[in-house]
Amino acid sequence: MTTPLRRVAASTLLLGLAGLAQAQDANLARNLAATCANCHGTHGQARGDMKPLAGLSAEKIVAMLADYKSGAQPATIMHQISKGYTDEQLQLVAAFFAAQPAKK
Amino acid sequence: MTQSIIRRRSLLGAGAALAATTLAGCAGMSSSPSIGRVVVVGGGYGGATAARYLKLWGGNVEVTLVERNADFVSCPISNLVLGGFKQMSDITRSYDGLKAVGVKVVRGEARAIDVAGKKLRLADGSDLPYDRLVLSPGIDFMTEQIGGLAAALDSGRVLHSWKAGPQTVELRKQIVDMRDGGVFALFIPKAPYRCPPGPYERACMVAAYLKTAKPKSKVLVLDGNAEITSKKGLFEKAFKDHYSGIIEYRPNAELKELSGNVAKLEFEDVRADVLNVIPPQRAGDLARSAGLLNMNNRWVGVDWLTMESTAAPNVHVLGDATFPAPAMPKSGHMANQQAKVAAAAIIQLLKGEAVNTTPVVMNTCYSFVTARDAMHVASVHQYDAKDKTFKAVPGSGGVSVAANQIEGRYALGWADNIWADTLAL
Repeated sequence: MTTPLRRVAASTLLLGLAGLAQAQDANLARNLAATCANCHGTHGQARGDMKPLAGLSAEKIVAMLADYKSGAQPATIMHQISKGYTDEQLQLVAAFFAAQPAKK
Repeated sequence: MTQSIIRRRSLLGAGAALAATTLAGCAGMSSSPSIGRVVVVGGGYGGATAARYLKLWGGNVEVTLVERNADFVSCPISNLVLGGFKQMSDITRSYDGLKAVGVKVVRGEARAIDVAGKKLRLADGSDLPYDRLVLSPGIDFMTEQIGGLAAALDSGRVLHSWKAGPQTVELRKQIVDMRDGGVFALFIPKAPYRCPPGPYERACMVAAYLKTAKPKSKVLVLDGNAEITSKKGLFEKAFKDHYSGIIEYRPNAELKELSGNVAKLEFEDVRADVLNVIPPQRAGDLARSAGLLNMNNRWVGVDWLTMESTAAPNVHVLGDATFPAPAMPKSGHMANQQAKVAAAAIIQLLKGEAVNTTPVVMNTCYSFVTARDAMHVASVHQYDAKDKTFKAVPGSGGVSVAANQIEGRYALGWADNIWADTLAL
């Protein structure tokens, strides 16, 4: 896949994130990631059958989201939700979850 | 040598910082000064989430949650209790998680708000002073719109069961006690009301029970709206595929008056063994008595960057009580999301800092159509600075292709995760 978000995942992810984090409100990533908590758990530490996001690499999360957004990865619901966020927002979310411990 | 000293110093520093964090995390016992007092009224999806996230994100915010009930009982999943597929214990959670993270939980009834004096008066006569007040009062009913409804509800003969709790138990009993061959009539008010797909899910859950337990019975769905208001195609398919001959759906069937077990519509009278009336709704009583219903004399207008009421300063209102942004549903999920916007903003305001100008909220709502099969509707809403409201992102969101068991598992997983997120479980 060669969607813009996928290209970010493949190459300049960390540099791009550092730049974004400096440019934005320090709480923006935290606030955006909190919109995912209803299904994926507070700080991405999911319970039960739901997919945990805490502790995954940012690159992997961005790649998954890019594939949902492009339609490359079929889904029940994430293809619909991922399209509601900008690529920059998804990168912030990914960086936030990557920095969380995997499980409480 | 120099390097190792620096490293040792920074390690010591890190150790001291860790110790301080641990103390601060201990039930609000920090010695550093409080940045403010926040009182939250209502321990449902909105209020409980606000209390939890004020502590999670705010450090030394003093948070008091006023709630009239001993436990949290979830409206989502409560229709499965009516069908006999879940028990009350499955949808009931304690407030102990909130207490453990330092929220002071007060069981009581909020009576009045002194906006100028920044105090909340409780029914026992005590006052709770605040810097910021968060109201998540849910909905109350406009029973005056339907003749005989107030008396029927008061007598307990007719139930709404649109607030999960004792009425959920009572309605389940009425369904179980109904004769085989009986009619369960469900009345749906005109939109907007709490949980748009909820009534249709309820019809499915009651029908799923009757189909095996009392197969000669009927579920009569009398909808005040012109058509099914959420997941229309999917519910029509469920009615046809699973409940043909059991569920009868009638649009434009607004309830006008109740008399005994007769429900009067505009052009006909309906007799039923169980009358389940979901009444027309407005913001909860406390919002009304405080003079906050500045939208159609029914809902509370809010500033979407902070959730602050446009009718009263320092009073933030969440959830079903708010006048919604375009395409924004009245759901527990949305109340949880709004609570996070409010918590972040209140902390910034208490610190005298600028609030986030680009908030995002999203909604996911699962509905069961059988004991195991569910389907969803989802939406993402970004703040629009020009129009000062949330707008659903074009091309995002949508509904399931079909109800299935995978989404049934996700629906229960959603419940587990949102309850934990809301209540700090």
